[in-house]
Amino acid sequence: MRERALSVGAALVLVVVLPVLNALPAESPLHVSDFTLNLFGKFLAYAILALGIDLIWGYAGVLSLGHGVFFGLGAYAMGMHLMLEIGTQSVYRNVLPDFMVWNRVTELPLFWRPFYSGPFTVLAVLVVPAVVAFVFGYLTFRSRIRGVYFSIITQALALSAWLMFNRNSLNLGGTNGLSGFKTAFGFPLNDPATQRGLYVVTALALCAAYLVCRYVTRSPVGKVLVAIRDGETRVLFSGYSPAAFKLFVLVVSAVLAGVAGALYVPQVGIITPAKMGVLPSIEMIVWVAVGGRGTLLGPVVGAVGVNWLQSILTTTYPDLWLLVFGGMFVAVVLFVPDGVVGTAQKMWSRAGLRRPRREAAAAGSGEPAREAVESPR
Amino acid sequence: MTVDASPQGSIIYLEDVTVDYDGFKALRELNFFMDHRELRVVIGPNGAGKTTLLDVISGKVRPTAGRVIFGKDVELVGRRENEIASLGIGRKFQTPSIFGNLTVRENLELSRFRHSKGVFATFRAEPTAEERRRIADVLDTIGLADKASARAGGLSHGEKQWLEIGMVIVQRSELLLVDEPVAGMTDEETEKTARLLHSVAEERAVLVIEHDMEFVRSIARTVTVLHEGSVLCEGPVDEVQKDERVMEVYLGRSRAEAH
Repeated sequence: MRERALSVGAALVLVVVLPVLNALPAESPLHVSDFTLNLFGKFLAYAILALGIDLIWGYAGVLSLGHGVFFGLGAYAMGMHLMLEIGTQSVYRNVLPDFMVWNRVTELPLFWRPFYSGPFTVLAVLVVPAVVAFVFGYLTFRSRIRGVYFSIITQALALSAWLMFNRNSLNLGGTNGLSGFKTAFGFPLNDPATQRGLYVVTALALCAAYLVCRYVTRSPVGKVLVAIRDGETRVLFSGYSPAAFKLFVLVVSAVLAGVAGALYVPQVGIITPAKMGVLPSIEMIVWVAVGGRGTLLGPVVGAVGVNWLQSILTTTYPDLWLLVFGGMFVAVVLFVPDGVVGTAQKMWSRAGLRRPRREAAAAGSGEPAREAVESPR
Repeated sequence: MTVDASPQGSIIYLEDVTVDYDGFKALRELNFFMDHRELRVVIGPNGAGKTTLLDVISGKVRPTAGRVIFGKDVELVGRRENEIASLGIGRKFQTPSIFGNLTVRENLELSRFRHSKGVFATFRAEPTAEERRRIADVLDTIGLADKASARAGGLSHGEKQWLEIGMVIVQRSELLLVDEPVAGMTDEETEKTARLLHSVAEERAVLVIEHDMEFVRSIARTVTVLHEGSVLCEGPVDEVQKDERVMEVYLGRSRAEAH
């Protein structure tokens, strides 16, 4: 209940209050600047991805160090559409994206063509990460690659994706990636109203992602995921195929990462291979660890909090950020393994421990309510 | 003695099963079968192939040669562990293996028999009233009714073992494989476990691997002695203990180590 009230409140602030404050005249003391709103749009996109990581890592206990790839796939899919939307407004006044002209490509590559279509792009944002995750997960989980071995392979996936997307011959802009977007689905990107709209879409997508994750984790499937984390062998000998459940949750979390990437691109205005390599993938893990894995609020708090701190520190003390980031990770691993939200929840339930007992005593006999232990962690 | 019984009526039937680990034969042309609702104890010195026998039946290890038939005619060789579990063979591991972050009741709900345990079928797998009743019965049987809503990770060692036995019971297994259930238990817990296994065996076949001879005497009807991957002898516990071959390979040579 407490968590529900908290998340509904947070959702209202993010979806309604912030954009309204942004629409206030700039003289108003409550005005939220376009810059801040845009920054939060980016953070909320990250939060969607963090929810997905939490689903597979926090609940099922499978650590993926390759989620940057799924994020990148969604981002590139959206980026390709935005690139094509530029049309002849580009520097070279050519229908081809500038980097292709630069690379002496004379005709739009075949795989770019469907991205002229908006609906196709949206579909690709969802389907491409899902298919890659499915094929990758099917091969690894079926071979019963688990634990740290799985993590290492996902890291290799991130590295190879980064190498591949850096190549000019892939026709995706090489090291420079995709940028210079003018419009998104017809709306001019330099208009604050468009950015506000993108922010609201991102906030709504985050709410939807939260509800999806909530549904999954509270269903019997969520229990199986926790069971896989606790004892995968027992799950297998209880008649479930852990591989199937891990594959399912990997695909769901890859789709969330892809959506995050697609929402990131129009708000930030650029996507490069540097966003999908090993390092960003590890950063994403840190967000979730700091926020608190195995809770649904944790990854959102972690993604927004860590990135907010980063944007503050990098503007004031740019040299300090990496030290703080590293220190934060070490501190969480050593002292707060449950993360900020997990630790707060534990302290809360410890403080409220006496209450349910008294209630049970007052109720006397009768079956103990299932809800009494709804949150076992 | 069950050795003379007809294989057709058996719940599990192994024929000439060999397991070869790169030259080391953990099982050598083993022939073994059990009747429905039989409680059987398998003993043998370390390395005799006891756990490998359970591994073969439950699908964890694929035999190099031989046949494993469950019930009338279900061939088990080549099937995956979860498939074999769904067919009705439950396995209780030596060290307690339960889901520590779920409650005791959730552990049982998750393990209970369902026709399909695929991902999408599991989304709609809230227990029915009938299933809740069944789970409540099992909670009584394993003596954990008052801890049903407690986190399973906080149970004592003995309680975890009983919970795991409960989990294989709600799986509706026709054959239960139990690996050293009383290792590390107090005398009182051991006694309770013996009673539990006896009541469990009233409705299904139970195959127990055990080292503790006192415990074996307290639960066993028929004992099978494994030695170097094959059956050395089989029969009522008193007969087996008097058997000279058994004295020689097991009781005589490694009595101290077996305790």
